[in-house]
Amino acid sequence: MKTVASNMAGTVFKILVSPGQEVKAGDDVVILESMKMEVPVAAEVSGTVAKVRVGEGDFVNEGDIIVELE
Amino acid sequence: MLTKVLVANRGEIACRIIRGCKSLGIRTVAIYSEADASALHVSLADEAVPAGPSPVAQSYLRADHIVELAKSVDADAIHPGYGLLSENANFARLCRDAGLVFVGPPASAIEEMGSKVSARAMAARAGIPVVPGTAGAVESAQEAAEAARLIGFPVMLKASAGGGGIGMVTAYDEEALLQAFESSVKRVKSYFGDGTMYVEKYIPRPRHVEIQILADTHGNALHFGERECSIQRRHQKIVEEAPSSAVTPELRERIGGSALRLVQELGYTGVGTVEFLLDEDGQYYFLEMNTRLQVEHPVTEEAYGVDLVEWQLRVAAGEQLAPELFGREPARHAIECRICAEDPVRFLPSPGLVTTLRLPEGAGIRQEIGIREGDFITPYYDPMFAKMIVSGATRDEACARMAEALDRYEVAGVKSNIPLLSSIIRDEEFLRGNTHTSFLRERGLTSSV
Repeated sequence: MKTVASNMAGTVFKILVSPGQEVKAGDDVVILESMKMEVPVAAEVSGTVAKVRVGEGDFVNEGDIIVELE
Repeated sequence: MLTKVLVANRGEIACRIIRGCKSLGIRTVAIYSEADASALHVSLADEAVPAGPSPVAQSYLRADHIVELAKSVDADAIHPGYGLLSENANFARLCRDAGLVFVGPPASAIEEMGSKVSARAMAARAGIPVVPGTAGAVESAQEAAEAARLIGFPVMLKASAGGGGIGMVTAYDEEALLQAFESSVKRVKSYFGDGTMYVEKYIPRPRHVEIQILADTHGNALHFGERECSIQRRHQKIVEEAPSSAVTPELRERIGGSALRLVQELGYTGVGTVEFLLDEDGQYYFLEMNTRLQVEHPVTEEAYGVDLVEWQLRVAAGEQLAPELFGREPARHAIECRICAEDPVRFLPSPGLVTTLRLPEGAGIRQEIGIREGDFITPYYDPMFAKMIVSGATRDEACARMAEALDRYEVAGVKSNIPLLSSIIRDEEFLRGNTHTSFLRERGLTSSV
């Protein structure tokens, strides 16, 4: 299974994709917010969104899986 | 003197202000968001009141609510610290309308200096050198390009309401300027609600030099020389020092004199900082004025042997500046490192649980900190959680002490910028005093500033 992981610790500010959606490598899937900075997280590979594992406002650690692709 | 001060801030600066109040026998009231309920500043204050949910907009930025809180605990003054509401003219007015002392300048001075366009115009009126640029705002990309042709490329496009480098663009030719204009305006509008832009000549490799001023309500004002804050990442300072290796006593008096002319023109009172760019030929240009206590105020305190928070409180209470404060020279060299919970290479924030925290002690070492071991650094606020200030008889001594102290600074559980600070302090150009605002990039100390 292909996944997208968080690139920093922070709260989920915005989720940009939903299950069933096609994403290309490089597309932003989530925007994280931490310490007054908004940082987008991009998919590293292309695929279809199978599951979004987080909700807006959730706290994630660096390396946590945010989105599953198939 | 004041009897009870509500500290409308958090973290290390709230702790610093509480300590300053205590040394004058003033009682203190902390405010805290939900995330800060058990924070260090809360435990240091005599009293503490909840200010609301964790996001700053719902707690530390609620001006009306904070004034109400101060009234409810019978405080007679509010100290805003830095950031948050410290440069909000409306907040200063609300405090005064409620019969509270605002520990800061008149609201009108905050307003005048809050807009870069009006600040620049006032500086020019006071005869202070300003960077060649548009006297006012540029309304369109074409107007910006016309102005740039008169000034001469390269130029910088800047936001009037700006700060932190947001919306700032360096353009080497007309095409680049035209291309950047619209997106820059859009970005600035979304951040500050005001998309007013101006154009300035780009000065290569400048030093950031700023003058600390102190003025009372009886018409007396003085300056405590300069701090150099050229070492910046993402346009934010991370290493500051006093005095600057580029400033002679003669230049110090000239820049200091310029800063005091602005103070007079503004009717300014309290502590404040007038920021300048210093070019490679020793020419200086007004940048902006920060109408509050500065993050890096401790380097001036150590170099000049003065307690700026104490004097800020004394002046707010109506006291006159003491004669012995005048005519001082820097007696020591002081350096400050800002300790941030962030990735030292990518500069991305790194909130989390601080599992280990051991601060070095020793001659000439001063710690300012807002957390304890076992505290959680939340994602809601600034990544800077502490500052270490080291002083010595000479710059070389201060640098050597700082390098050694950074080696002994232990923080685990979150990433910190200590490895970066350590490389800066040991860099041979830094040790020679050859610093400027592009230092980190030019020295290859980071890939992404």
